[in-house]
Amino acid sequence: MSDLTRMTAAEIGALVAGGEVAAVEVAQAHLDRIGSVDSQVNAFLHVDTAGALEAAKAVDTARANGTVLGPLAGVPLAMKDVVVTKGLPTTAGSKILQGWHPPYDATITERIKNAGIVMLGKTNMDEFAMGSSTENSAYGPTHNPWDLSRIPGGSSGGSSAAVAAFEAPLSIGTDTGGSIRQPAAVTGIVGHKPTYGGVSRYGLIAFSSSLDQAGPFGRTVLDAALLHEVIAGHDPRDSTSIDGPVPPVVAAAREGAAAGSLAGVRVGVVRELGGEGYQPGVLAAFDTAIGTLRELGAEIVEVSCPHFEYALAAYYLIAPSECSSNLARFDAVRYGLRVGDDGANSLEEVMSLTREAGFGPEVKRRIMIGTYALSSGYYDAYYGQAQKVRTLIARDFAVAFERADVLVSPSTPVVAFGIGEVVDPLTMYRNDLCTLPASLAGTPAISVPCGLSDGLPVGLQIMAPALADDRCYRVAAAYEAAAGPLTFPEVTA
Amino acid sequence: MKYEEVVARFEPVIGLETHVELGTASKMFCGCSTEFGAEPNTQVCPVCLGLPGALPVANEKAIESTIRIGLALNCSIASWCRFARKNYFYPDMPKNFQTSQYDEPLCIDGYLDVDVNGETVRVGIERVHLEEDTGKNTHVGTSGRIHGADYSLVDYNRAGIPLVEIVTKPVPGTGALAPEVAKAYVTELRDILRTLGVSDVRMEQGSLRCDVNTSLNRAGEEWGTRTETKNVNSLRSVERAVRSEMLRQAEVLESGGTITQETRHFQEQTGDTRRGRSKEEATDYRYFPEPDLVPMAPDPEWVEQLRKGLPELPAARRVRLRDELGVSAEDMVQMTNAGVVELVGATIDAGAPIGEARNWWLGYLAQKANEREVDPAELPITPAQVARVIALVADGALSVALARQAVDGVLETGDDVDAVVAARGLQVVSDTGALEQAADEAIAANPEVAEKVRGGKVAAVGALVGAVMKATRGQADAAAVKEILLRKLGVEG
Repeated sequence: MSDLTRMTAAEIGALVAGGEVAAVEVAQAHLDRIGSVDSQVNAFLHVDTAGALEAAKAVDTARANGTVLGPLAGVPLAMKDVVVTKGLPTTAGSKILQGWHPPYDATITERIKNAGIVMLGKTNMDEFAMGSSTENSAYGPTHNPWDLSRIPGGSSGGSSAAVAAFEAPLSIGTDTGGSIRQPAAVTGIVGHKPTYGGVSRYGLIAFSSSLDQAGPFGRTVLDAALLHEVIAGHDPRDSTSIDGPVPPVVAAAREGAAAGSLAGVRVGVVRELGGEGYQPGVLAAFDTAIGTLRELGAEIVEVSCPHFEYALAAYYLIAPSECSSNLARFDAVRYGLRVGDDGANSLEEVMSLTREAGFGPEVKRRIMIGTYALSSGYYDAYYGQAQKVRTLIARDFAVAFERADVLVSPSTPVVAFGIGEVVDPLTMYRNDLCTLPASLAGTPAISVPCGLSDGLPVGLQIMAPALADDRCYRVAAAYEAAAGPLTFPEVTA
Repeated sequence: MKYEEVVARFEPVIGLETHVELGTASKMFCGCSTEFGAEPNTQVCPVCLGLPGALPVANEKAIESTIRIGLALNCSIASWCRFARKNYFYPDMPKNFQTSQYDEPLCIDGYLDVDVNGETVRVGIERVHLEEDTGKNTHVGTSGRIHGADYSLVDYNRAGIPLVEIVTKPVPGTGALAPEVAKAYVTELRDILRTLGVSDVRMEQGSLRCDVNTSLNRAGEEWGTRTETKNVNSLRSVERAVRSEMLRQAEVLESGGTITQETRHFQEQTGDTRRGRSKEEATDYRYFPEPDLVPMAPDPEWVEQLRKGLPELPAARRVRLRDELGVSAEDMVQMTNAGVVELVGATIDAGAPIGEARNWWLGYLAQKANEREVDPAELPITPAQVARVIALVADGALSVALARQAVDGVLETGDDVDAVVAARGLQVVSDTGALEQAADEAIAANPEVAEKVRGGKVAAVGALVGAVMKATRGQADAAAVKEILLRKLGVEG
């Protein structure tokens, strides 16, 4: 048997379902891999060895009893630590939740367990999903498997690094302004942000409620689609969840790869997402990708989305505003960290001391910005205005999608930068330039690897209209088949 | 200053904010029970505890109840509205924001006519909106307040119970009647809410809570600065709070002072108000639309159906009591003054004859209310329970004395009539053998009385009946006892 950790999720699922490999064997191989490389990658905050082996054993038992297994039964997965897991530590990368063991499972956690997917553990992330490098974790940075001195993207950097380092074939990320697509891009893997409401948010520790979406990471488009299908679909516990059919993403991924053609597909290149501020190597890789799409028969058109330039400003009002309210519950009263409760301090002092000690600088910065933006007298000028920009961006998309079936751009303006290299918050925020518009509009977008720049991966972002997630997968799969796989570097002990 | 002087020199403007806990089976945003009196923190879940990741789902029944309240108060029902977050820190708020409504309430612009001393006063309704209740703090220590408490306990059973806030427009022009108008408004509102069946409206249990706004101005001048008096926990207190606040403000203004816009707390013991939080220290609530909930858009046809389905409201019922059921004008005045019109009407609607319903509420129950220093409506007994007692008496199952014991039992335990009757073994002794024996004993013990009766003074038998009733602990039918005694004494009844 070749190395189980090098296989795709689809391959592992088929082997387990066919009885050719035991799920326990698969889980052990990945646990061993984590044991050998994670001291360098630091993708995991918590590895649940016993739980993973137990879940794998249950899959093997079910198969032995004649149960027909799903396509991902027995496939290991790494879970971003912002997703609530019953009985397993869940910190959202923050000290303020240190030691909290949730009494319930997120809907996606339930669905993953029900599919027989084997959860290996919880992955590192920027604290409360605020960041683009995973350097904002309270538990130390995660290292990019392509170059351990570089960042793996963020905020889902632990999840992207785990997949890129072959510690897991699949992982879950969450994307608020680009936190799936940007890490996928800089670690050379596939990551998809579903249509807002496509995947339940019940049990996702909220950063910005109107933007947060969970989505899949995999090393192939098909793997991401298989995981997407497991987690997507209506959830009555989330009022913003879409009550409708899940887009046929797996079928789209298979068809896209099999067809070998994009004839009749109109691909819109967004004029505003390129040019100044984009690394030449990124633009070159993107141009090559456009060439490949054209060779596949796609019709390439240029589209203009004039309001995209305000996306960054709007996002950095809306997300902090919502987070200032969402994070208010971390007050030392009911769970998590409590500082200064010595009988001498008042309730308010204990709350303040706890929040002072428990939140990192980026979280505090955003809480303060959001508190200010929502305050009486400033609401209309900031939050209200940002919501209007959001509407204008959605209109830009609507106009563009009249001329194109999908829109494309680089996933990020730059490749993975060095850990500690970017200190200025505004420079850091610019990492999300390409991903923010789809977040604000609630539309789906995928990042698929499109070659290297100076030996580091570049991502191609493919955006589709709301509910048309399958279009992202179809075009991405066709592109992936034509471009061929990346050769991942070795992370050695 | 005397009250007469206050109203001679100043004109009051009042306003009322009433909070009503709805009697839905489950909470506003989760499936937890709303039952009163359970062990602390036993009716909680991730949603109403505000655990990280949990999301709200709106209770449709609560929305329906709110619309029905709005319709009963002659309001317009919004065709589209939203929930909003009201942000402030307090340990009884699990999320440190309350999901409420801000500038887009469900019902707006209605009115309620109330009768005071034969005069009709129209109280404008500004808005009726829906929100969630908070938990309940208990501060343990000498003061009973958060400052100086040894420790504080929080019970989240109440957190998330649907709460409707009903806000009046300012009510000017009521002069000396202002305190009575305030009381009459809350009384009428409470009667409407009870008739709608949306709440048990128990002020003493906190399911109906009232804040009273009061200001004074000299004739011809602009309205004065208002204060908001909280902790007004009975109908009697509503009246007392307005009166005492008018007296206090008049003293301040007369001595050349100014009124500070502030929150004051009504003191049940002394009947005056004490200073609370002033508006300068007041929180900026940073309202913004609740992103975890979708907007509400009540279908106009549904609203029309709800309007048609409204029950006969108290004002109409009063007219019917007078015009159709022939309650005399004198009785109406008596019943109005005693605050039992609604209760009598509801008891009649539950099947009791007019005379009996009137007698119970003006007699024994009025006496009980007096003993407890509450309004009759605040007695923990429902009109349906009273009607049941009346029916048991009519059937001969209870004597009047037993019926009073049954009522006592309901008032003490809160149990239903039949449960009290069963638990206390309340039943008319119809065992003739036992009655015969008791009669013989009474005659033997009172030979002189017996002789008088034999001698033709039939009325004297009353003393013997009393003795038998005492011996049977009131459980005998007095008429039957009298008959037995007369037979034994050889006198025709």
